[in-house]
Amino acid sequence: MYKSVYCMMSKTNALIYFLAFSSGFSIMGIELLGGRILAPFFGSSVHIWGSIITVFMLSLSFGYLIGGKLSTKNASLTRYGLIFIFASITVLPIVFFAQEIMEFIFTHIEDSRYGSLVASMVLFFIPTIILGMISPYSVRLLVTDSEKSGQVAGVLYFVSTLGSALGTIITSFYMVLAFNVNDIILGFSSTLGLLGLITIALHKTVFKNHMKTSSPAI
Amino acid sequence: MFKYFSLVLFILLPLTSFSKVIHSERSLYRNIIVDEHGNKRCLKFNTKSSKTNQSCLFKDDPQKLVFNYAKLVFSSLLMIDNPKRVLIIGLGGGTLSNTIHQLYPDTYIDNVEIDPAVINVAREYFGFFENEKIKTYTQDGRIFIKRAKLKKQSYDWIILDAFNGDYIPEHLLTKEFFEETQSILSTGGIISANTFSISQLYFHESATYYEVFGNFINVSNKRNSNRIILAGYAEQPTDEEITARVKKLSSFLAPFDIDIKEISKSMSSTKNNKNWPKDTKVLTDQYSPANLLNL
Repeated sequence: MYKSVYCMMSKTNALIYFLAFSSGFSIMGIELLGGRILAPFFGSSVHIWGSIITVFMLSLSFGYLIGGKLSTKNASLTRYGLIFIFASITVLPIVFFAQEIMEFIFTHIEDSRYGSLVASMVLFFIPTIILGMISPYSVRLLVTDSEKSGQVAGVLYFVSTLGSALGTIITSFYMVLAFNVNDIILGFSSTLGLLGLITIALHKTVFKNHMKTSSPAI
Repeated sequence: MFKYFSLVLFILLPLTSFSKVIHSERSLYRNIIVDEHGNKRCLKFNTKSSKTNQSCLFKDDPQKLVFNYAKLVFSSLLMIDNPKRVLIIGLGGGTLSNTIHQLYPDTYIDNVEIDPAVINVAREYFGFFENEKIKTYTQDGRIFIKRAKLKKQSYDWIILDAFNGDYIPEHLLTKEFFEETQSILSTGGIISANTFSISQLYFHESATYYEVFGNFINVSNKRNSNRIILAGYAEQPTDEEITARVKKLSSFLAPFDIDIKEISKSMSSTKNNKNWPKDTKVLTDQYSPANLLNL
């Protein structure tokens, strides 16, 4: 079993696993900071977390669907990198427009439960959908043999969920102690954007034969 | 045989003097415990240790204030006269509201408490009194103040006493929150905040209050680790004004076991005494790791 896992780990696979780890890390880091972002306008009652988690779960579910669909059309590392770049861009409004958005919602919606739900949707729905596309797309890029597809998916979800766990604990235990919320979110955005650019660059150069020789997988 | 019996008795006897839990419930936010030890009934959050007492009363003399910090809050009356509209964030047992009502029966008091279970316990076990002038709102304190600002309401006396069992909620310690609170303070009004004098946050909190309000007054004695911050005043009252108020209020406050003269001696302004480092980071909505710095 160890030998077959080792064979799977070519350099491109390592890159993809690292990218999946980073996306898991970023998703949870942003979700955790969501509470901090919403609290000044919608309080810290238990409903806030209901809103945030609902929106994240909903958008991830759509992301999985759309990402899987997208992966059927000419899947490539370049398109994969583009997902990261789009994710990076759609995270930016959280940094630059959150105050105005929340102020508007607060003024127009009296009930803070629904206010927090609407605010979560406006701020987090789109970026999280895009981030959710990464997992199924990663599976498409990694699977070469339908017999191993389950195992590949397993390793992928292991890596990305590990990223989620670390993103949660490092953000909440350490990052909030040292940085402003907006700076942390900018950090996530920059990292995602950078990873996207690196992936595209690598696909154009070192990894340009990726996906060319592999047979149609499933 | 007798030896073992007396040993068992020796162990059990002290247990009879332990406090008795008369009510406990788990709310959405915390465990609430009401226990009685002799004449004293206390509200505790989360655990039965006496360190987590939120509010206590003496059963045979319910108007007498038990907690040192509750008495210190009345130092605010040395800064203003006859408050007409009072806002209290964080209900606890309702003792502050009850006392203020007894002192000023015509004053309007708005109590804001996020946890409905705390409100029920205050009504049932601590004699929390409400009427058409004393209202309770089940809401997060930050949201209440934000809405009050939108409606352009104002209060003469704002008491910040929110506590979530761990510390003061982070979003109630920030510069933006204090600015919102200041915007609903009437001219000549006062803000009294109950906080701690021993924590890593001490410097950050002081710096944040100073950033928004300028000089403020710390009220603390060595009896416990609380301090009351009095802020929001335009000009510090003169010593003569304070002495006059002490004289006027002494007998008025005595039935509540508030020694206003002694309390006046526990007040110290930051005017010539800024005891925090100059470069201390101010707490903002962007940076307020209260629960982490509290460790």
